[in-house]
Amino acid sequence: MNKSRLRSIYSIPYTAWILLFVLAPIALIVYYSFFDLAGNFTLANYRNFFTSVYLSLTISSFLYAFLITFFSLLIAYPTAYLLTKTKHKQLWLLLIIIPSWINLLLKTYAFIGLMGLYGPLNAFLETVGIGKQQILFTDFSFVFVSVYIFIPFMILPIFNALDKLNPALIDASRDLGASSWTTFRRVIWPLTTNGVKSGIQVVFIPALSLFMITRLIAGNKVITLGTAIEQQFLVTQNWGMGSTIAVFLIVFMFIIMLVTNGKEKGASDNGKAR
Amino acid sequence: MKSIIQSAILILLVSGILLFINAELSEGSKAGKGTITVYNWGEYIDPDLIKQFEEETGIKVIYETFDSNEGMMSKIEQGGTSYDISVPSEYMIEMMKEKDLLLPIDYSKVPNIKHIDPYFLDLAFDPGNEYSVPYFWGTVGIAFNPTLLEGQSFESWDDLWDPSLKQRVILVDSARETIGMGLNSLGYSLNSTNPQELREATDKLKALSPNVKAVIGDEVTQLMINNEAAVSLTWSGQAADMMYENEDIDYVVPEEGSNLWFDNIVIPKTAKNIDGAHAFINFMLDPEVAAQNTDYVGYSTPNLSALELMDPEVVEDERFYPDEETRSHLEVYKNLGLELLGVYNERFLEFKMDMK
Repeated sequence: MNKSRLRSIYSIPYTAWILLFVLAPIALIVYYSFFDLAGNFTLANYRNFFTSVYLSLTISSFLYAFLITFFSLLIAYPTAYLLTKTKHKQLWLLLIIIPSWINLLLKTYAFIGLMGLYGPLNAFLETVGIGKQQILFTDFSFVFVSVYIFIPFMILPIFNALDKLNPALIDASRDLGASSWTTFRRVIWPLTTNGVKSGIQVVFIPALSLFMITRLIAGNKVITLGTAIEQQFLVTQNWGMGSTIAVFLIVFMFIIMLVTNGKEKGASDNGKAR
Repeated sequence: MKSIIQSAILILLVSGILLFINAELSEGSKAGKGTITVYNWGEYIDPDLIKQFEEETGIKVIYETFDSNEGMMSKIEQGGTSYDISVPSEYMIEMMKEKDLLLPIDYSKVPNIKHIDPYFLDLAFDPGNEYSVPYFWGTVGIAFNPTLLEGQSFESWDDLWDPSLKQRVILVDSARETIGMGLNSLGYSLNSTNPQELREATDKLKALSPNVKAVIGDEVTQLMINNEAAVSLTWSGQAADMMYENEDIDYVVPEEGSNLWFDNIVIPKTAKNIDGAHAFINFMLDPEVAAQNTDYVGYSTPNLSALELMDPEVVEDERFYPDEETRSHLEVYKNLGLELLGVYNERFLEFKMDMK
């Protein structure tokens, strides 16, 4: 009796937090999405979402988010693996994490200078003999800078998963005659998929709604859902339409969470069965 | 457990000390007639003048900036901060009046209004200047760097569509300016409410895509100064900033017409120090102050007495002080209402999506 009362006291901060800062805002967004500019109840915002530019906007947002996540993973996994093998791994990890403490906008502005026509990157290309290229305001610069920004968030969970991996398992696999590739595919990868999945979650979802970088680095040649939401709220003052796009973003978020969590079970079951 | 309590106490103690120091610091400067909070565009006032105002009147100025009319209005609408002064553009003043967000100006406290050119008073967006006092004005046009080009000129908006400008034109990330440019290039009004005209303008803009290098905001100034970009759609004062740093740059308003805009000082409903706000307005209209401010900011001043104090070379520059005859070809933005603003933005988004 006493114990359960104590537990309910402990749960107050958590419940209050979830109610005030998670459920209430989502409920408000859903509520606003049913109103038009004049404040009348309507489903027009949802119809608008499927009939106008927003649908192709969603598709291109997904495409870029996929690219960003893919390249982050491609770089983060080997990096994390290498880190676990180094002597002072916590120090090396810290060095990778530190840049993520610097303000995002500052880092983005630095890239404008680095990638400019007269920046160091182009100076290098010129000495190598390739010649000046337009780097800023391209798909490449957008994906590159985004990957740079998200990489620490991808490395961290993968590093933790790899670090927890019992080395005896790898030794056992090698002793039983598995090649390096088989060991990776059958032992290391299945045991670290959890880390990879949380990495994907923290990268993919924010990448869908990036908006400052789209303007500063991509010159608005890449548009994401985040840009559209910002514009609806600040410029057009159409809170209804902005909320509708946000509702879809939340739905996509849940789908991604479901997909990444679902696979996780299968993988670990597989591991156990073998 | 003990160490947790200890560190919690330590954190509270440090926070308490910092809070106390902060309060002490602001206490010292609060002497005099209180404070006013000024909400202005970025880079839109000479900071020395704020100091001068504080010394002359004893009123402390808290200065905050915004980067879009709409963002500014939604912040004032929500309340929260008690802004005493803001500087919206003409169509936004119309909208804020409709929403009852402005306080009337008491001209007995603003004698310096006599210095303002009557041309800029009693305009359609605020008859009798009941709620607003002119601050700066300007145009929208094309800034370009002839040394990076091969002799192209920009008498007409259509010159931007020239195939030789592939990947060299920078547009501004604002729906009214960019769609307005498309409308102007077709000879339509930039306040067009006709869906057919808007459609044509959007399609024409899409044809510009191969020439567009980027669609950005204030960052364009630095890109032009560093010779990174050759041509940009921009506001006159921004062009003046570019020309100040890079003498090669030139500015032109194409002949089909363009936007003529006014930024006026207003006192929002959120104001707490209304006397202080009036003192600030009167101070900014003082000819010497206005001349110094114009010299710093680079936009065009509506203050006739200030013009007499300024460098005649600047004042006679037709690019920044077009005569009344030229001004009559230019159009002022009308408040189109939220519905149409939404349409403009959707068309703009469509254009941006098309750019690859």
